[in-house]
Amino acid sequence: MMLASGTKVRVKLDWPETRGPCHIRTPYYLRGHEGVVVRHLGDYPNPEALAFRAPEQILPLYHVRFPMADLWPDRHGNNSVLVELYESWLEAA
Amino acid sequence: MNILEAPSEKLLAGIRKLLAEKNIASADEIAERIRITDEASPARGAAMVARAWTDPEYKALMLRDGTMAAEAMGVPMRGLPPLGVLENTEDLHNLVVCTLCSCYPRAVLGYPPFWFKSAAYRARAVRDPRAMLVEFGTNIPDNVKLEVVDSTADYRWMVLPRRPAGTDGWSAERLAALVHEGDMIGITVPVVK
Repeated sequence: MMLASGTKVRVKLDWPETRGPCHIRTPYYLRGHEGVVVRHLGDYPNPEALAFRAPEQILPLYHVRFPMADLWPDRHGNNSVLVELYESWLEAA
Repeated sequence: MNILEAPSEKLLAGIRKLLAEKNIASADEIAERIRITDEASPARGAAMVARAWTDPEYKALMLRDGTMAAEAMGVPMRGLPPLGVLENTEDLHNLVVCTLCSCYPRAVLGYPPFWFKSAAYRARAVRDPRAMLVEFGTNIPDNVKLEVVDSTADYRWMVLPRRPAGTDGWSAERLAALVHEGDMIGITVPVVK
């Protein structure tokens, strides 16, 4: 599955850190939030697996944009956050 | 021996020995990497920015593939994460942060400024960026979109600032002297003094 630019996605509302040691590249403040795929940045070995020498798993990495007003209760007219996220953290929105 | 209480120099020597024994990195390779890291400075990024301002083809390359654009200026990028370049325009200002740790485009900007890794910068950049920028002396007008780029994974990001007014006809060398570290993070913008 390759997500096209403009695809709406949701970051999984998941907390692997509650299940044991992990190396997470998805900021907590984005979890459960909806964003839009800006572009596919390439495919890379999943750092969450690499950190534990787990078998190599190549995953698509995307640049995903989130309106800042959706992330925080503060007033954020014209601000957005653009973040690299691995496909394993994204679900259809 | 408790590894947490071991003297750090002894630990480092042990790790270097293991890396060599396991053919992961030789002493020479480690020394070369340290030399390359120490040599990097914001002057490299500034030279890329100045060339982009004066050479449309180079600018297109830089926005398409920052790694190739850095290599074209003689910056060694082998073995480093890909470099992405974010263009500031009349309507868009980019600000780079790494909320998870300290990802920074060291190959082209050198070591990060001390505040880049602070919890305060990392938290405020994604929550209160405009007010934080004012504290850095940078006012982004309300009609300009502010995009905070949180480096989380395999890329390193630098900002291509806007060329300041009043610099028509300037050489790339003279332009490069206007560009400072903060301009390529998005904390400040280049100005003609």
